[in-house]
Amino acid sequence: MKAFAALFEALDATTKTSAKTAALSAYFTAAPAQDRVWTIALLSGKRPKRAATSTELRNWAAEEAGLPLWLVEETYPIVGDLAETIALILPPPRLQTDRSLTEWITLLADLTGKDKDTRRAGILAAWDGLRPTERFLFNKLITGGFRMGVSRGLMTRALAAASGIEDSVIAHRLMGNWTPAETSYEQLISPEDDAASSSRPYPFALASALEGGPDALGPVEDWAAEWKWDGIRAQVIARPGAFALWSRGEELITDSFPELGILSRSLPKGTVIDAEIVAWGDAGLQPFASLQKRIGRKTVSKKLLAEAPVRLIAYDLLEDGGRDLRQSPYATRRAGLDRIVSSLPPGAPLIASPLLEARDWAALAKKRAEARDHLAEGLMLKRRTAPYHLGRKRGDWWKWKLDPYSVDAVMIYAQSGHGRRATLFTDFTFALRDGNDLVPFAKAYSGLTDAEFREITAWVKANTLEKFGPVRRVPPELVFELAFEGIQESARHKSGIALRFPRMLRWRRDKPASEIDSLDSLRALLKAAHSPPRP
Amino acid sequence: MAREPVLSFTERGLYCPAGDFYIDPWRPVDRALITHGHSDHARSGHRAYLATHAALPVMRHRLGQISAEGLTFGETRQIGGALVSFHPAGHVPGSAQIRVEVGGEVWVVSGDYKLEEDGLSEPFTPVRCDTFITECTFGLPAFHWQPQAVVARQIADWWAANRAAGRISVLGAYGLGKAQRLMAALAAQGLPGPIATHGAIEVTTEILRNQGYALPPTQPVSLQKPDASCLVIAPPSALGSAWARKLGPVSEAFASGWMALRGVRRRRGPGTGFIVSDHADWPGLNRAIAETGASRIFATHGYTTAFQKWLAHQGYDAGIVSTEWQGETQDPETPT
Repeated sequence: MKAFAALFEALDATTKTSAKTAALSAYFTAAPAQDRVWTIALLSGKRPKRAATSTELRNWAAEEAGLPLWLVEETYPIVGDLAETIALILPPPRLQTDRSLTEWITLLADLTGKDKDTRRAGILAAWDGLRPTERFLFNKLITGGFRMGVSRGLMTRALAAASGIEDSVIAHRLMGNWTPAETSYEQLISPEDDAASSSRPYPFALASALEGGPDALGPVEDWAAEWKWDGIRAQVIARPGAFALWSRGEELITDSFPELGILSRSLPKGTVIDAEIVAWGDAGLQPFASLQKRIGRKTVSKKLLAEAPVRLIAYDLLEDGGRDLRQSPYATRRAGLDRIVSSLPPGAPLIASPLLEARDWAALAKKRAEARDHLAEGLMLKRRTAPYHLGRKRGDWWKWKLDPYSVDAVMIYAQSGHGRRATLFTDFTFALRDGNDLVPFAKAYSGLTDAEFREITAWVKANTLEKFGPVRRVPPELVFELAFEGIQESARHKSGIALRFPRMLRWRRDKPASEIDSLDSLRALLKAAHSPPRP
Repeated sequence: MAREPVLSFTERGLYCPAGDFYIDPWRPVDRALITHGHSDHARSGHRAYLATHAALPVMRHRLGQISAEGLTFGETRQIGGALVSFHPAGHVPGSAQIRVEVGGEVWVVSGDYKLEEDGLSEPFTPVRCDTFITECTFGLPAFHWQPQAVVARQIADWWAANRAAGRISVLGAYGLGKAQRLMAALAAQGLPGPIATHGAIEVTTEILRNQGYALPPTQPVSLQKPDASCLVIAPPSALGSAWARKLGPVSEAFASGWMALRGVRRRRGPGTGFIVSDHADWPGLNRAIAETGASRIFATHGYTTAFQKWLAHQGYDAGIVSTEWQGETQDPETPT
């Protein structure tokens, strides 16, 4: 654990990519092999089974520290992280237990599922033998949510530097659902494929946002344009003996969308397609809201399948006849995709995303303006000669999204943030006018600078009307312009409206609260947005 | 007729009706008793000031022409119907708690305080009282300070590592108290190199040195450009500024109690945080309160709501006073 704690401290003390890569690469060279595997797993968002719930942890820590539970609850939002709160309130350790990361994880695995007293005793004993940083990391193993400021790409580069294996191979190898307890470091970085690889996805290529216009992109003929669909990005794998559907978050979602399973019979073996899962009813494409019912469902009832069916809109072909196509130019991959899609039987739940033809950028800009009518968020631009990149590589893929909707609203509640934003008020609830009332309709916590958050925090502290735990009610005085991507009806919200991706565009210091928008303006938008889409 | 309270809470600050004076008022008043020289406690515009002799030189420097009188620690002064005296608060050199006795009832205003002896400030002395008005800047159980010598060792190691890497160490610390306390603590360990100072730090350091506080030699950056062997002590607002960039390759760190929280450390950006505060930590606050023997406690500036509830839970008659004192701020934009 000492080596892991030292790595964590080194990563935490810098924002320089070079320093982080160096720290990781040194760790991957020197740490015990199985610790390396676990570190890779933790940095990839995997975690051991939960040996205790967060409620148990805070109860046990409160008892051990001799504090009432409410005081621990009051401290938590100030610290901003439960694992850290517990590490800080506990009395200093009386012992020094020297165990490796893997040994601690094994201990947690052994505790999992045991009776409460055994788990409590095990965790208290662990706390009593760990120094503060190690204690914090130990708690993080239980609560999850490691944020060490290490992106997947950075970890991959560090592993490549430590192992001498090319980073594209490592990136691919780390995809999918390998389990750290059953994987060795050699297996993990080995370029040789094994049986488990048959359903492994490729790393997704990601687009960058196109700020301003496309003028700097060169001739329009160099680019393929298509709608940016509003659904769930997914990868379809059809290989001999394997059919799998992966989300961009690398979750296996095959079972959540059983109606797509039919493709396992019709797609040629050795096919991997990059696509978007969208809601698709009798009238064709449906708004994202219809898809929401399907998100997060592990099992799907017949009723839900009938109510909210889905389809795939295919973007790209990554593997054809078992051959990795990612280094081929987009135009070649797209031709292969069209060939495969046209060979599918009629009614197959997969279509190719239509390419949008345009003589010049102006014509394409005009198309983009119509995106909402097509239930799209804007356009995607892909350079015809570009390979399928690993992750986000600026220059070849651009998302040219529509400008968001916006509305001026007033802040009525403020809550402190988490992690690096703990002790700052950053999470706000906003209201619009409805007659003489103010109706809360959206929450947002991003879009302002740290300096603005600091200023607002000082204002919130000086203007609190009521406190509810970490939430403060404030006078309706600060006005913000909120941006959002979509709007839908909602029975769960008091306003009757739910927004998609609301965030703060700017703080309108120039506007008094008397000039904010009304709920009626959103209702009108809702009506316009939900007029039936054009076919 | 019910007796008037010894101190009442007014819009200008804590007021003693029996003596017709205020303690650390935030609006101009005729007579102000001042606990210490930090700007949220010692404000300008009062007609007459009373503070410890040790606190006065910095106050005079910061506030300009003031009509001020000094008392030694423990010396009593009758003001109208009130008997007042100043007692060491251990916060910064010259800082005091103020004891006010009216008709046999004793109230103590803590000002800012810490319990650990820092080798420079007059060490905190508990004062028995009936009512204690306490700060609680770090009044949550997440705050536990390490001994000063441990932190000084960490700073010295960081300094030595920077020196080896050819970078100047720049340490952000508040100009009155924290900066000098760290100098003295580092000197006690044996300095790895010369200490250089930002102008704002040098001024206070020189004043305290002239008062007789034992401080190591310092070299203002404006007179001699520091090299990698130096530790430069600067106000926190100078970290990351154009001033710091002009020094050359630097490694920056901030010395503050807030550095105990990872979120605050990360928000401040890269660099190192050293956890050291001139305010009492959680065990310190609890011990100080217990040692006053007071049955009634008022909490001010800090996590007052939680702290008041905790005190009530411990059986105290506990309340909250709203003041405009700030304690240790998290952000360098607000100088203390």
